[in-house]
Amino acid sequence: MQFLRNILDRQARAFRKGGRLERFYPLFEAADTFFFTPARVTKSAPHVRDGLDIKRLMTLVVIALIPTIVMAFYNTGLQANKAIAEGAPPLDQWQTAVMEWLGLGFTPDSILSCAVHGGLFFVPMLLVTYIAGGMAEVLFSIVRRHEVNEGFFVTGMLFPLILPPTAPLWQVALGVLFGVIVGKEIFGGTGMNFLNPALTGRAFLFFAYPATFSGDRVWIAAKTWEAPDAVAGATWLAKASEEGQEAVTNGVTWWEAFIGFIPGSMGETSMLACLLGGILLWITWTGSWRIMVGVVLGSFVMVSLLNLVGSDTNPMFAMPWHWHIVLGGFAFATVYMATDPVSAAFTNPGRWVYGFLIGVLGILIRVINPGFPEGWLLAILFMNMFAPYIDTFVKARNIKRRQAGYAT
Amino acid sequence: MLENLLNIGVRAAFVENMALAYFLGMCSFLAVSKRLETAQGLGLAVIFVLTVTVPLNNLIYQYILAPGALAWLSPAFADVDLRFLRFLAFIGAIAATVQIVEMTLDKYAPKLYAALGVFLPLIAVNCAILGGSLFMVQRDYTFPESIAFGFGAGFGFFLAVVALASIREKLRYSNIPPGLRGLGITFITTGLMAIGFMGFMGIQL
Repeated sequence: MQFLRNILDRQARAFRKGGRLERFYPLFEAADTFFFTPARVTKSAPHVRDGLDIKRLMTLVVIALIPTIVMAFYNTGLQANKAIAEGAPPLDQWQTAVMEWLGLGFTPDSILSCAVHGGLFFVPMLLVTYIAGGMAEVLFSIVRRHEVNEGFFVTGMLFPLILPPTAPLWQVALGVLFGVIVGKEIFGGTGMNFLNPALTGRAFLFFAYPATFSGDRVWIAAKTWEAPDAVAGATWLAKASEEGQEAVTNGVTWWEAFIGFIPGSMGETSMLACLLGGILLWITWTGSWRIMVGVVLGSFVMVSLLNLVGSDTNPMFAMPWHWHIVLGGFAFATVYMATDPVSAAFTNPGRWVYGFLIGVLGILIRVINPGFPEGWLLAILFMNMFAPYIDTFVKARNIKRRQAGYAT
Repeated sequence: MLENLLNIGVRAAFVENMALAYFLGMCSFLAVSKRLETAQGLGLAVIFVLTVTVPLNNLIYQYILAPGALAWLSPAFADVDLRFLRFLAFIGAIAATVQIVEMTLDKYAPKLYAALGVFLPLIAVNCAILGGSLFMVQRDYTFPESIAFGFGAGFGFFLAVVALASIREKLRYSNIPPGLRGLGITFITTGLMAIGFMGFMGIQL
């Protein structure tokens, strides 16, 4: 480590004020604080010091994401290989050529084949996200002279996880650019935006290119629509809204859905992986457990209500709660998206309300809106808008309480 | 019946939000959202005025302006069509109502009057208010339906304007590029909020 420190110290002078490479200080600072705790000394109050700065916090989130990334590798390949084994031809893309060249075959039983096949879809998307979004981030930080923040590290990791495996790479780049620039950088960078940047980019793609981001053909990386015996490419959630809960219960077991061996966005399918990540976020106090519990409670109340009301025309009304939480993006949204500390409510009572309403709205959009099979993306964006308003109530209450305290 | 009214109200508030789906009433939406308190005042005033004027204009339309509406006066008027007067009539009705309501409030409920303050006369000429009445005509709402619609549309506007105001209060601590400060970032914020509201698009109750 001393060796690394020496290299950085030798370069430091060029990046300081008046140095040759002064403009590029944000890049140097990013590399420096990536490896070492900043040596800066505070000169005036408040002298609050904590080893847990933004960088460590965001790195923790990325660590919590590891289970879902593993699932993104394995399950994306597994779903594609399963469909191919059942007769769907592979896609006419370079991934297929690479798989054939490697000679791994498209066997769903081979973990290696699945992981490599999934990786061929996931890794390019991750790279495109980091390169495109990272360039925008660095450009902004150089021109606007603020630090490169690790917030983007998380955004860039979350973003490919919520995309379908067949998304075209140029659209991925466009989406992450929209999310980073319009969703975050024009407000001043990490901590100053009001919407979750990853979800902003995803929503942009969803509305701009509906053909490649929704429907029945995008969730499995194979030509499911050309298979001899209808291998359906729809997600189970879409099937549930078309054919009813019966079709789901007959087609997939609850445990399969819980572990995540179902088609869907790459990182979202596994509730188990999200649960592991959620526990890590909880015990390290990185993500607010109030929000997570709030979302679970809200969705439970809403589902029970809808079950009670019932409907003759919409089979989604009858879906029980334990199925709601394992299908679609419920777990991923609850653990990683709703808990984004910047766009969520800041006060603790506010977090309960915020989470609860996300749960209610997410289920509501999922069940009663035929236009969208899944609702968490829009539910969270909607509540992002109202998070500051929720906080004002808590603030007003706190002020009142303190005034009452002074009066006596 | 009740279900239908609820449906119209909820649709007007969320799916067909005046501010964020039709972008009506933008002038006051953008101008009066700097502070949360004033935004709340404006939002309440819009709820109030829409709930009163849409049903009122519904009556005016049904009994005076619609083709053959004057038949209740005399059978001779059965083929009179006064629809070309509807902008004038609606604006007149809105302005008059707002004035009367303002005076009544000033006299009998000064507290509410103080809370709504300058916003009552301000929104008399707001396009969201006139738009509410015109939508009512376009969609053939009955009298009870127009009450539900007026209240729902007003409530949607209230939600949008308080959300924008609280976001703008939060953005005061942001480091926005100098060229975008002020209205520029507000326009972008409004656009992003409209994306958030698109989640309700297509909901059928």
